[in-house]
Amino acid sequence: MSRVRTRAPLWLLLPAAVVLGGLFLYPMYQLGLLSVLDFTQAQVSGGRPTRFVGAENYTRLFGDDRFWSVLGATVLFAAACVLATLAVGAGLAVLLTRVSRIPRLLLSLAALAAWAVPAVSGSTTWMFLFDTDLGFVNQLFGIEGFNWMYDRYTAFGLVGAVVVWASFPFVMVTLYAGIEAIPKSVLEAAALDGSGAWRTFWRIMVPMLRPVLAIVVIQSIIWDFKVFTQIYVMTHGGGLAGQNLTLNVYAYQQAFASSEYGRGAAIGVVMMLILLAVTLVYLRALRRSGEQL
Amino acid sequence: MRAGRRLLDAAAVVIALITVFPIYWMVLAAVKPAGEIQSLDQKPWTLAPSLDAFRRVLAVNDFGRYLLNSVLVALAVVLISGLIAFLAAVALTRFRFRFRTTILVTFLIAQMVPIEALTIPLFFLVRDVGTVVPGIGLNTLGSLVLVHTAFTLPFAIWMLRGFVQAIPDELDEAAQLDGAGRFTVLWRILLPLVAPGLAATSVFSFIHAWNDFLFARTFIISEADLQTLPMALLVFFKPDENDWGAIMAASTLMTVPVLIFFLVVRRRLVAGLGGAVKD
Repeated sequence: MSRVRTRAPLWLLLPAAVVLGGLFLYPMYQLGLLSVLDFTQAQVSGGRPTRFVGAENYTRLFGDDRFWSVLGATVLFAAACVLATLAVGAGLAVLLTRVSRIPRLLLSLAALAAWAVPAVSGSTTWMFLFDTDLGFVNQLFGIEGFNWMYDRYTAFGLVGAVVVWASFPFVMVTLYAGIEAIPKSVLEAAALDGSGAWRTFWRIMVPMLRPVLAIVVIQSIIWDFKVFTQIYVMTHGGGLAGQNLTLNVYAYQQAFASSEYGRGAAIGVVMMLILLAVTLVYLRALRRSGEQL
Repeated sequence: MRAGRRLLDAAAVVIALITVFPIYWMVLAAVKPAGEIQSLDQKPWTLAPSLDAFRRVLAVNDFGRYLLNSVLVALAVVLISGLIAFLAAVALTRFRFRFRTTILVTFLIAQMVPIEALTIPLFFLVRDVGTVVPGIGLNTLGSLVLVHTAFTLPFAIWMLRGFVQAIPDELDEAAQLDGAGRFTVLWRILLPLVAPGLAATSVFSFIHAWNDFLFARTFIISEADLQTLPMALLVFFKPDENDWGAIMAASTLMTVPVLIFFLVVRRRLVAGLGGAVKD
């Protein structure tokens, strides 16, 4: 097929355009529309007409302490997960470059396995491991009867551990590939000049890996900001009295548990805008790393 | 130096063991007899492995049906999304046209959209569409196929683009000189050559559809028969006493196919990611 102006690309792109237009663009428009409507159970069942309420969903949301506390928890939870994932992933990537063949293979396979486990299975397994009475961890440390889900922070901590366990492999594998791509001579020269492991990491690897790091960081932020399954399954939909709600689960509960669809949509819009900002940073990082579109 | 290396080797092995430990525990709990599961003294091994939990899950709770539903949805998503992505990838690599770059950036941004936020409008969309087209409304597997096809498309297009790009232009030009039509070039020349790329892309689409919990939970509300694995698994959680043996057996059933996939495509996975990020 030659690179001439024809109509061919149109019909080749048509199926993709139809699917994405119908299931991405249109729902995004609908999300925005719902967020400015009074839309609850009464409207869904057709009992009352939908009413345009302007910014009312937003002003009520922003005036609600609950929203701010959930937003704060989401940001802190995501930040903690991202930092832990990066620290573990980067640490193990460096470790991989310094060990013999067999341990390296074992660690990569183990990480790959953790990566492959579906979020629901991972959540249930960790719940069993940390079960109040029957959990291996509680029995091992002699703290039987301790319920990890009662306290807000231990509950978030446990969910965070599952998230990190499931997402560090991506960081590790990607950074390891990046480190392997650094010319050996550079690292040898640094070693000859008496640079230790710590110094080599911060002064040589980090600057050379900046494009890859940017991608890994932003990707992790996006993932950890919208964790849903782990929180929903492990804390049974947001924890005791909603103490473990994050923005995503909060929007879901507002819409499908309380039938406040307009309000849930407003939360969705807020989330969308936050992640859009992060995405724009991501795009700039891609551009800077020399991606040709 | 040598002692230091041995220490690092040991550390790597220990970390590997800690990482797989939850998976080991899941499979172990699935084959433990009921008495050992309820024990206040959990042993990290079992001397009397039994398949009781699997039997309970598959026979009593009809898990085979949910397994089949999950497989059907995932396979349909892989096929449809792969085909559409292939056509789009060809358009985006083999032709120059206005807005090409804009379209590419749109696909990249689409990958970042928090699809969870779209649950609410998609719920109403699927509900309304269902009144016109019965196969894809609420409580149908078709609705899940539909949304997951859309969600996997941007990444699949982005990834396949790299693979199509790698096929030299001269190949299709030569075929056209020999009188092959555009259609023939597409099916007989490009499609077979991007087959490895399609395989790698399929894995991502499959896993995405397979792991989905949110949309299965939202769309399949009243037809218990049409549940997929992640939702069906939660049946074993009971307010007073969770049936851990069954939960772990079901979790194992859900994990094994993905695990096998990952190990098979191990190398491609890393290469594919590299290709998706930078090609």
